Amino acid sequence: MADDALFEFLHMEIVALVYKEQATREDIDKERVTCVSTLDAMGFRVGQGMIERFTKDCPTFKDDLDLMKFLCKDFWSTIFKKQIDNLRTNHQGTYVLQDNKFALLTQFSSGKQYLEEAPKYLAFSCGLIRGALSNLGLESVVTAEVSLMPSCKFMPNLKSLIN
Amino acid sequence: QSLCVHLNYPLYIRSVPTQGELKFHYTVHTSLDVVEEKISGVGKALADQRELYLGLLYPTEDYKVYGYVTNSKVKFVIVVDSSNTSLRDNEIRSMFRKLHNSFTDVMCNPFYNPGDPIQSKAFDSIVSTMMVQAC
Repeated sequence: MADDALFEFLHMEIVALVYKEQATREDIDKERVTCVSTLDAMGFRVGQGMIERFTKDCPTFKDDLDLMKFLCKDFWSTIFKKQIDNLRTNHQGTYVLQDNKFALLTQFSSGKQYLEEAPKYLAFSCGLIRGALSNLGLESVVTAEVSLMPSCKFMPNLKSLIN
Repeated sequence: QSLCVHLNYPLYIRSVPTQGELKFHYTVHTSLDVVEEKISGVGKALADQRELYLGLLYPTEDYKVYGYVTNSKVKFVIVVDSSNTSLRDNEIRSMFRKLHNSFTDVMCNPFYNPGDPIQSKAFDSIVSTMMVQAC
């Protein structure tokens, strides 16, 4: 039971630490980009390891869509204890994963007050998705957006390496 | 007898006895082509792609080459002497499972960078045990 809270708190501290270390620099814009890439890189490595463990007993995926569905159901539930609420695609490599109650954002108040800070807390999870996809053979760029807390959307844009 | 973990370049190679290792390298490389062929035969949801590549004849010995591919496109190849007929299908399958489990542990090790040669002692010892059992 306490497991979820452990990771949520750890994640908050990781974000705080990364930003605090960069705070001594004078260039604000550069600071933001560096922090986001650090968090993204962390998530990436974690994503690679986790996907290896989770796909150990799975049959091979038939195609990209199958893979994304696995990500939305099994992968997301194992990590965040719930599935992705909505998956959309344009069938040309762009997907939108919508989570209406994202586990790492639920501690924030639901108003507009912290909307600007929210992307910091999504960087790690973007990296997580990117790492998972990369280990499955799909190169991607993952962005995220928040318009209404605690719901958020992750948008992986795939460039398949398999072909 | 030899074993190899591949990501289109070898991450890990081990053989018993250690002489003639180059021969195994060659065998493993040629078998990769067959593995590629198998995994691009889409439309089948097989749990793992397993090949029994009999008939790779050398002047002195016959070998059997077995392959296994993970979802992350890492390939495992095991080469055994044909004279060793005591190794059955089930045993080979369980060897691959153990390898896969061990490899997953290596992958999750934060000190390991994916794509580097595997230097984990735990992995080494699992492989040694397996090769001793099989010989």
